[in-house]
Order: sequence, then C-alpha cells, then structure tokens
Amino acid sequence: MMLLEVSQLKKSFHAPDGAVHCVVQIPQFGLAEKEHAALQGESGCGKTTFLHLIAGILKPDGGAIKIDGKEMSALREPVRDRLRATTIGYIFQVFNLLQGYTCLENVLLGMSFGPGMDRAFAQTLLQRVGLGHRLHHYPRQLSTGQQQRVAVARALANRPKLVLADEPTGNLDHKNARESLQLIREGCRENGAALLLVSHDREVLAQFENVREFAAINQAAHEQVQP
Amino acid sequence: MTLWLIVWKSLRQHALSTIVTALSIALAGGLLMSVWTVKNQAQATFTGINEGFDAVLGARGSKLQLVLNSIFHLESSPGNLAWADYQDVAHNPNVELAVPIAVGDNYHGYRLVGTTEEYFSQVEYAPGEKFAVQPGGAFFDPARKEAVVGDFVARKMNLKVGDTFHPFHGLIFDEKSQHAETYVVTGILKPSNTPADRVIWTPLEGIQKMTGHDPKAATDVSAVLVKLKAGSAMAGFRMDMMYNKQGSRLTFAWPIGRVVAELFDKIGWFDKVLALVSYLVAVVATASILASIYNSMNERRREIAILRALGARRTTLFAAILLESASISALGMMAAFLVYGAIVSVVAHIMRAQTGVVIDPFKFNQMMVIAPVCLVLMGALAGIVPAIKAYRTAVAENLAPLS
Repeated sequence: MMLLEVSQLKKSFHAPDGAVHCVVQIPQFGLAEKEHAALQGESGCGKTTFLHLIAGILKPDGGAIKIDGKEMSALREPVRDRLRATTIGYIFQVFNLLQGYTCLENVLLGMSFGPGMDRAFAQTLLQRVGLGHRLHHYPRQLSTGQQQRVAVARALANRPKLVLADEPTGNLDHKNARESLQLIREGCRENGAALLLVSHDREVLAQFENVREFAAINQAAHEQVQP
Repeated sequence: MTLWLIVWKSLRQHALSTIVTALSIALAGGLLMSVWTVKNQAQATFTGINEGFDAVLGARGSKLQLVLNSIFHLESSPGNLAWADYQDVAHNPNVELAVPIAVGDNYHGYRLVGTTEEYFSQVEYAPGEKFAVQPGGAFFDPARKEAVVGDFVARKMNLKVGDTFHPFHGLIFDEKSQHAETYVVTGILKPSNTPADRVIWTPLEGIQKMTGHDPKAATDVSAVLVKLKAGSAMAGFRMDMMYNKQGSRLTFAWPIGRVVAELFDKIGWFDKVLALVSYLVAVVATASILASIYNSMNERRREIAILRALGARRTTLFAAILLESASISALGMMAAFLVYGAIVSVVAHIMRAQTGVVIDPFKFNQMMVIAPVCLVLMGALAGIVPAIKAYRTAVAENLAPLS
C-alpha cells in the first residue's frame, strides 16, 4: 500500500529581479509503506524543497501530496502541522537541534507536538542511538556525530510512518556517516517507518537498493519563467 | 507543559535581558504600590489622629498650623492665649474636657509639651486606649520638675526613669540656649503609635515658668485641646461660629480630621506627580519587555522554524511569546513586593521619626492586587508585536539553506 503519493506537484520561487524560478515539477512519485528509497541529485536541484513540500513546511503552487491517504495541500495549516508532528519525522543536514535544550528535551519536544511526551520512550531511543549516558548534555557539548544521533532519535520519537532525511550524513566523516545511516535505517525498520533520503553522496546511495535520480522525476530543470 | 518548557528555556537563554527587564518591572510595580500605600495610609492615619480630642482652640491664625502644632507637635505655635480663655472654654456647656498645653522648649530637638494630668488620666487617644507609663515609671507630679518621656524619644535619647536633663529654649535645638532647670524622668510612655511618642511631657507650669520665659506670659497657654460633649451635634458648629465668625481673637480648629484633610488637599498635586512618575516607569518597563523580546526575534527565527518543522502550530509559538513576556512581568512583580517593602519601610521609618505617625507596610491594600494584575497584563500586551513576528516566521527560509 502506498504511503506517499505525489502527483503534478509544482513549486516556484520569485527571484529578487522578479523572475519566477520553477524548482519542483514532479508529475508522479510514490513511496510504499516501510519502503526505503534514496533520491540522488546534485546540490541546488530542488531536493530539499521537495522534502519541505512533502512535510507541509512549504505549500505547493499546484498538484497533490497524499500521505497515509490524506491530501496535504487540502488541509488547513494547523491540521497539516498536526499531521507533520504525528506522521513525519524529519532529519536535517545541519541537525537543527535546539541549542538551549538537552538531548532528552530535544527528543521530548519532538514528541510534545504529536502524541505527547513519553519520557521512557525518549530515553530508550537515546539509548538505542548510543547516547544513554548523554541524556542531559546540551548539543554544544556533543560531537557532530552525536548531534546527528540525537536528531535521529528525535525524528523517530513520534513513531512516524514516514522519515524524511535531507543529506543526513553531509556533515559527518565517513565512519560517522556509515554508522549514522545504519542507525537511521535500523530505526526506521524497528519502528515500521518508510524512509525517503536525499543525498548526493555516492557512498551513502550505494547502501540503498532503491535509488532514484531526482532529475529524472523532477521536470522543472530550473526553467526560468518571465513574470 | 510544552508551552511552559519553551517559555522557561527562552527565559533561561535570554537570562540577562530577562533579569534586567524583570527588574524594571519590579521598580515600576514597587513604586506604584508604594506611592499608593504611603499616600492612602498616611492620609488615613493623619486624618484619623486627634489624640482623643475634637477641636483645638488657639491664637488667631491658621487652623492647620494650630492642629499641626498642638496635635502633631510639628510647626511653630501661632501664638498664646490667656489663661482666662482656657477657663472660658473649659466652662463652656458644650465642652466635656479642655486640656491646656504649653510649648516653647525642647531637648535635643524633641519638644517639651507642658500639660495637666488630665491629659493622661481622662483622655482616650484611641477608642479604649489611654496613655500609660511603662512598668517602673509614674506620671509626673504637677508641682515638681518632672517629665514623662514618649517612647520614641526615650529610645532615641536613651532616657530612663531617674535620668535628669536640662531643657533648651525654643522648638529648634540650640546648645547655647540651655535652661538652668533640671528635670527628672519619672516615666516612659508605653508606645501609642501617635505623635505623643515623640514628645517629652512636663507639668504645664514647668514650661510656663521656665527661666528666661516672659514673666508676663507665665499663665498663658499655647493651645487648649477640646473634647466636646457626646451627643451635642451642634456644639462644634456653635463654637466654630462663636470663635471664628463672631470673635476675632482666637481660632477654633474643628473638626481636627477635616483640618488635616485640607493639608492633603493642598499637597494632592504632589501625589499626582508621584503617581504619574510611577505610571511612566511602568510604561517604560513594559516597553523594555517589548524591545528586548523583539530585538531577540532575529536570533530566535531559526529556533521558531525548527519548532514549526517539528509540528508546533503558529498559535502555539504566538502564545509562547505572550506567555514569556507575561512571565517576565510576573517575575518582576514578585520582586516588586521586595522593592515595595523596602520603599515603604524606609518611608514609614522616616515618617515615624518626623511625625510619630506609624504606617504598616505589610497591611494589605487593593493596589497589591491591582498593580500585579495590570502589569502582568501590560507585559502580555507588550509581547503581542514580537508574537506576531513569531507567528509570521517563514519556516523553510529559516531552516537549513536549500540544497
């Protein structure tokens, strides 16, 4: 059964000079439940915008995004926020941890907008990513690899059906990147979540059986439209 | 829970500006409550003090000066009146009690007031309360050079029963004008929390016949404290008419409370200025909350975007900012009670030292509720502009750069 269905998706941005840049134009895209897929593409090709559109962080200009049978673009913003909190886990390239919050609080806060805080599960997740002894450390007190692991734990905190990972290993060395990727995939499998990862790193992509070329599904190709 | 966690974290992350703005609120709240309390308690206390009398008869002059001099032992005497005038008023059918007083000397700035023993035996300075001496003491013998010392003076001058002292001429202390007479302290008054605590009480004749005083005025008195007969509602009006309208030699200050109230009417503008200053401080303090949160919004944009990406609603973040600004105000108001306690305690101390009137800093009054509620609401209102900014924060633009 399909978890994510995208059709005729379109997103453009206005440049300062008034020109309109079409960044995403995807006629069709889908991801089944529990499926792990990677999107390959160079920097600036619209991968992050695509993930933001799926997460409901950006509103598309046209087209439809269905997650778990619900049409995202038809939902009011508060409902979309709630759906994002309960259904989607997001791992950012730069982790986006809240610096004033401890590891545990970062994970708990991720839960709070969804089903609610579950301290025991948050601790379990952090132990699972090897940070059981760093629960009350602040992000600045952690190494880059450890910060990424907190971000993974936070993304899985609400037992999401879909995890979006945007260049999750972009800031890590090879060893940490491998371990981090392994954690993400294991975490998704253990929680029954589908994974959509975007990356331009061939070593990361090589670990996926299902790799799709973003340029092949995105027809925008940065065409510029005059206003 | 989430909202409070976000607010608490933000307050901690911006601890310095939180403390500074909370302190400005504390100052504003403390000032507001202090001005209100001092004004109202002082007015209520001053207009309520009459030392058990209804009126004061004195030389022709200002009623306020007469009352301040005779009841509050402040100001100079407007002049003397003859012993015959005292006897005249004492025998007036409307008068229950008339007690003469004489002033004109001091001991290190604390004035000596000469009076008769009736002042202590027959007067209730407050309902059911008569002046009494502390254990081991006694009231003075009218025929001797003896003194009963008010509690405040005794403590300040370290006077005890059996001590002796030489009075000084005049109401202002001048060490060159010491009288030769030696007075013996026979008793210390129990605290009455009235101006009587700031006085050294002596027999009337002692003041009248002190060496150096004009022998021609040896039977004159400075004023007569008058208690009207109970139930004689028109007595005050009749005597007011007799002395103030028909006569031209004497002044009959009645009723004492209304005369004192005129003082507060005269200095009412000063209260208004103080109140205005406190309102302005409150507005500036509230504006400082707005400024500090608003200025921090740029650095918060990324955090707000992350929270939104995690599923926080715009309204949640709007509420978090409002709650944060209200919390700063609430924290400030907690500290405001310390500021209030400090200000009013100092004012109460000064007021007691200068006038003998006691106000209670810890007595509950409505401003202790109104000021915190208003300032917390103003704090919340100050958060609206930055809250709107938080509400409008674009999520995608403030997350990681687009790939």
